[in-house]
Amino acid sequence: MLKNFRDEKKRALLIQVLGLFSVFAFIGYLFHNTQMNLAKLNIATGFGFFELEAGFDIGESLIEYWSDDTYLKALGVGILNTLKVAIIGNILAVVLGVLIGLGHLSDNWMLKKICRVYIETVRNIPLLLQLFLWYALLTEGLPAVKEAIEILPSVFLSNRGLNIPSPVDITSFSVSLIVLIFSVIGYFLLDSKRDQLVNETGVESPLWEKLNFLVFLLPIITWALMGASTEFSVPKLQGFNFTGGYNLTPEFAALLFGLVIYTAAFNAEITRAGIQSIPKGQWEASHSLGLSKVDTIKRIILPQSLRVIVPPLTSQVLNLTKNSSLAVAIGFPDFVAITNTTMNQTGQAVECVFLIMIVYLTFSLLTSLFMNWFNKRFAIVER
Amino acid sequence: MKKLLILALLSTSIFAGKTLDAIKKRGSLKCGVSTGLPGFSYPDSKGNWVGIDVDFCKALSIAIFGNGSRVKYVSLNAQQRFTALQSGEIDVLSRNTTNTLSRDTSTGLNFTTPLYYDGQAFMVRKKSGITSAKQLNGASVCTQQGTTTELNMSDYFRANRMKLRPVVFESNDEVVQSFVKGRCDAFTTDASGLAAERSKFKKPEDFVILPEIISKEPLAPAVRQGDDEWFDIVKWTMFALIQAEELGLNSKNVDTFKKSKDPRIKRFLGRTPGVGKSINLDEKWAYNVVKKLGNYGEIYEANIGMNSPLKLKRGLNSLWTNGGLMYSPPFR
Repeated sequence: MLKNFRDEKKRALLIQVLGLFSVFAFIGYLFHNTQMNLAKLNIATGFGFFELEAGFDIGESLIEYWSDDTYLKALGVGILNTLKVAIIGNILAVVLGVLIGLGHLSDNWMLKKICRVYIETVRNIPLLLQLFLWYALLTEGLPAVKEAIEILPSVFLSNRGLNIPSPVDITSFSVSLIVLIFSVIGYFLLDSKRDQLVNETGVESPLWEKLNFLVFLLPIITWALMGASTEFSVPKLQGFNFTGGYNLTPEFAALLFGLVIYTAAFNAEITRAGIQSIPKGQWEASHSLGLSKVDTIKRIILPQSLRVIVPPLTSQVLNLTKNSSLAVAIGFPDFVAITNTTMNQTGQAVECVFLIMIVYLTFSLLTSLFMNWFNKRFAIVER
Repeated sequence: MKKLLILALLSTSIFAGKTLDAIKKRGSLKCGVSTGLPGFSYPDSKGNWVGIDVDFCKALSIAIFGNGSRVKYVSLNAQQRFTALQSGEIDVLSRNTTNTLSRDTSTGLNFTTPLYYDGQAFMVRKKSGITSAKQLNGASVCTQQGTTTELNMSDYFRANRMKLRPVVFESNDEVVQSFVKGRCDAFTTDASGLAAERSKFKKPEDFVILPEIISKEPLAPAVRQGDDEWFDIVKWTMFALIQAEELGLNSKNVDTFKKSKDPRIKRFLGRTPGVGKSINLDEKWAYNVVKKLGNYGEIYEANIGMNSPLKLKRGLNSLWTNGGLMYSPPFR
């Protein structure tokens, strides 16, 4: 025994095993004690409540939901609402952030200062305040629903949000839209493939250039195959609210604006830092080769700065997702809001907080995985 | 989170039969109240808590210490209230909370006898011309998260085949703000709460409370399960307030009954021993409560009745002898 203890390797192993064991023992103790306490206090435990009728309505949902559906479905609605704001929000925040970051590095004095002021103001005001501000602006600044402004034919703006016409056959429309997104990606892939061919063979084929656009026929074909429905449901003021069409609620809009504008300021700084980390020599070399400024940024600077940009950008993507839980303050039914209601109706705080942690952890880990993959894929291969 | 951790770490037997001892040892009662609802629990212009729920905390403090000032008020929103009680952060929850079967059975608490019988109603703008809740089809309705209100509203709309667009906020202030700004057509909570909120508006006369009462909301104080002694004290303090009114005792005249020959009054005021010993309190606890605070009717009128801005009629909250629901078992 003592001999083993003197062996550094075995000793290290022993300490590790003991450490691990005590961590597990502590978690086990906490778990057991919580269970005992809850049982003693007559508080229901477990996830049996998933199957019970939720009984409350939810303001907006991506799937059909009624108040007699189960808690599980209500929580699902919450997860989808959180995903909706996180996905749209992150795309917009990254695009806006990169543009402002580039603007900040621009030679145009005016543009540069505007971007600076934006970053410094937005970054230094707490997000919750900004959300309240946006929500107040949208609900107080816009006219009442009876006096809604028709900004475009059949598009109404009021303090109940933006009401736009929506296709009646929502499935074929959304499938076609997804195909369209893939077509755009496909177009760019084909484009770079063509560039590559031109570079390799030196032969420019005019046919390629034309065929490229054929990709955009795909969504039209999909839409035609799925019935080619052109029927639109138009918002109409009926009783208290608009019926028909799609309603972009002020709660969702305020949350989206707030998150995008706040996070974009951080993304802009990350982009600026990434670009400035590239030695000046790269710019000069590119310039002396005769590349334009846009080409320099697109082909020389951005690809190199991505490896500096992507890791902190990942944090910001995660932040936006997690910050979306501030939705409870302004009445958007995100996952946390719905779980809170569930917690209050069932009294099962431990389970509900656990659920919130698991769901956000899953979101975050999946995002990290994707961003790491992206980073590896686009990072410069070091020699 | 902190509360959960406390819940996880607490040794298992801390609560049973220990609440009264802990309060006496600490020298103060920890009472959970709302974040601010006029008439029920609300900090006045000097920062002192006032309201009928607050007066009940004072009644408990008087029953235990003979002095109504030994209360620590813990302000809780609808979200936090049950966890605060479960985790032992407060001794009693006196915060306009509705007793329901699921709350009474699965959240580890016990509701005592109701302090106020309420019901849920809707408030709308007068100029909308709505006179009945049945006309609310398709309306956006603002309400607070984590309340029975959310469920009743859904049930009512479903039962009447109407379409509901709920807008739900975590904080009550945000609910009221959104309603006033016109984000919602209607605002729903307990009728007393509507009257209380309306009394704070700039132009209360522009808003009407619709006549339909869509639910039963017995607002009752709650304690943790597993401490019967403490449960009894909270329950009987409430009964003492009712019993005093029934016997015609109030804070002004109670001393004139010192020589009363009525055996019920003698027992109630502790002159015939019994009412104190059986629940581990001073024999004169009920006398102290009436002398220093008043009977149920006095508390009611001062906080939410005709002597208050809320001007709520007694209605269901009258004594049983006047056709109400306030009824106390005998003190003997």
